[in-house]
Amino acid sequence: MTIRSDRDHGQRYRPRMSCLKKVEAIVVQMQDPSTGVKGADQKLNVTTIPHAITGQVIIAWIAKNMNMDSDEAQAFGTMLVAFGYIYPLQDHKKLVLKPDGSLYRFQTPYFWPVQKWKAEDTDYGFQSYLSIYLAKRNIRKKGVLDAYEQKKTYDYYRRIIIYTQQAVMRSRVKSSVSLGALVKYMTTFKNHDPFLVPCLPSNPWQTDNDSYWELNMTDVEVPTKMRVERWSFSFYELLNDPRGRADFKVFLKKEFSGENLAFWEAAEELKWGTAASMSEKAEHIFKTFLAPGAPRWINIDGRTMGLTVKGLEHPHRYVLDAAQTHIFMLMKKDTFYRYLKSPVYKEIQKKAISPEPHNFSDSQLQQNMRNRRPSISPIITWQKEQEEKAKAAAAAGPIDIKKLMASKLDRK
Amino acid sequence: MAAQEVAAQPSDTLATLKTESETLKTKLEEERAKLHDVELHQVAEKIEALGQFVMKTRRTLKGHGNKVLCMDWCKDKRRIVSSSQDGKVIVWDAFTTNKEHAVTMPCTWVMACAYAPSGCAVACGGLDNKCSVYPLSLDKNENLAAKKKSVAMHTNYLSACCFTNSDMQILTSSGDGTCALWDVESGQMLQSFHGHAADVLCLDLAPSETGNTFVSGGCDKKACVWDMRTGQCVQSFETHESDINSVRYYPSGDAFASGSDDATCRLYDLRADREVAIYSKESIIFGASSVDFSLSGRLLFGGYNDYTINVWDVLKGTRVSILFGHENRVSTLRVSPDGTAFCSGSWDHTLRIWA
Repeated sequence: MTIRSDRDHGQRYRPRMSCLKKVEAIVVQMQDPSTGVKGADQKLNVTTIPHAITGQVIIAWIAKNMNMDSDEAQAFGTMLVAFGYIYPLQDHKKLVLKPDGSLYRFQTPYFWPVQKWKAEDTDYGFQSYLSIYLAKRNIRKKGVLDAYEQKKTYDYYRRIIIYTQQAVMRSRVKSSVSLGALVKYMTTFKNHDPFLVPCLPSNPWQTDNDSYWELNMTDVEVPTKMRVERWSFSFYELLNDPRGRADFKVFLKKEFSGENLAFWEAAEELKWGTAASMSEKAEHIFKTFLAPGAPRWINIDGRTMGLTVKGLEHPHRYVLDAAQTHIFMLMKKDTFYRYLKSPVYKEIQKKAISPEPHNFSDSQLQQNMRNRRPSISPIITWQKEQEEKAKAAAAAGPIDIKKLMASKLDRK
Repeated sequence: MAAQEVAAQPSDTLATLKTESETLKTKLEEERAKLHDVELHQVAEKIEALGQFVMKTRRTLKGHGNKVLCMDWCKDKRRIVSSSQDGKVIVWDAFTTNKEHAVTMPCTWVMACAYAPSGCAVACGGLDNKCSVYPLSLDKNENLAAKKKSVAMHTNYLSACCFTNSDMQILTSSGDGTCALWDVESGQMLQSFHGHAADVLCLDLAPSETGNTFVSGGCDKKACVWDMRTGQCVQSFETHESDINSVRYYPSGDAFASGSDDATCRLYDLRADREVAIYSKESIIFGASSVDFSLSGRLLFGGYNDYTINVWDVLKGTRVSILFGHENRVSTLRVSPDGTAFCSGSWDHTLRIWA
């Protein structure tokens, strides 16, 4: 049965499936007697099948009329079969459009997807269900809302008003500035994007050789040149890479200013840690970094110090935010740039390696595929890291004179 | 609720409030337009075009018995966790295609899963309205379900979950229209985020050093940016014409992309406070279910409901490649942590790694 118009054949259908309306318009076009797909009686062995069309003819029509190449046309055609606008006469189980002589037929609109669905109120999620429920109740009461519901709508609009007022007053940046920043980021990282520039020595997924990951491990002695270059892009990149952070710590040790980074790390642990450990951590941080005469006293302005210390009386997750931001900005604007000019960084730049690109032959690639190496479980790596951290903390902690004397007395 | 109420003015009628809110909305659009001095494609003119891409399926992970609904990468760049409609959550070493752990959830339709930053646990949930954390074990015979920790409790399905910078906190979004931040150890809700008018379908954490914001997208066609500290919505964008299925931050954290049932992906600039690009084509009719950026942010990968993956040039707004392979809807897509590949999960029960 041919269709001449796409007038809404269903009663209601789900707005989420509005894409089907576009599809239906196309299916109607496909059945146009003059410009549509040329159907005919198809010969299959000795029988003649009426009103059937082959897959390749459908794909050709879609490619021409929808301005696509044949791969895309085949994919779109598969959608038509998947949704039931076209059905296969031969292989019923797999709902795909085959680019060959396989036979298909147009489905009558009675069986189009939209016909079956009755949109239920719960289809749209709980909130919408509630509003539909209220609307229905509203209609029953002939449009008169009771006092509670009136208050609800007042609050709804007041909330929007407050929010929009704040939004209007928010500071914005000119498009040229912010878009310029996006472009700058893309350009800076272009050579580091494996999809744009091949990573060296080779992409493990493409060659089945995991040297790239081996060379870029967290605790590697000598990093690659690309990795060291990336540390110079921003302070965030340096800190985010554990190897970079370690190198930065070497620099800080030489300058005897390791306390800033140590404080920042401790504050991060507080912010992202478990709720139960918070007050204990806050106290430790106060004793180590903020108290007058503390062993690793950090240098922040009086006002911030005052606010932080006061906040620590009733510690919460974000109590160190002001101090942490201050210290972070200090490191970002001053220490970071000095690091980049320092002998420590220059040395690591010199030491850094630049691996040669792999050039595997086909047989080597086959071999690689058979010998894909497994890696250490992240659980083991994590356990090791925790042990290292504990050792480092014990070594760096301030010496407790009382304990030291007590242990000496014990021995006597 | 009481703290938010404004003192009622007896002279305010519903009509005047409505008009005032409409006027303010128009004013907001005017303010946004004032600073709009250049279009993205104008800025893009100076940048050279991309070359041809050869992206192929490098691995096909088979093992799920039903539609794959969600996946996430481990920080080690090669392991992934995936969840499916048959209630199974599987941890794979995608490089060797070995399955390392498997958990059977008591409910089917596990719509969300996430890998913990330490690599020692996974979180998942779905129609059970909960998000549970399973610590992983080196012992293959251990029953992971025994050590399960129930963390989040919503009043409707869990649509997405994500660990913050540590294993100790989880961010969730739900069909009940809210997002929430939870303490894993105690299961306590640390903050809740209200503002969406319908189901929240997706969320993504900002990759900034401050790490204090996240973006969410919902069935109300809105994308909202939230302050994790205060629970306030700090920015919102309402330009999509249908449900937003996926949101993802641009690598610098200054913008984010969204994929929607209206068959478009869009780019929103947070500093300029506006939508700056629409990635669409006449021939793309079916919704985008999942989006993610390549490492430099130049490419945007989108998984669609018509079984294909479209690769967009973020700057120029053009499609650079279309990838075929899946035999049913692409439901989830994530780029690996070092950008060497991306993984797509589909209703055809498989996951594919592309590079």
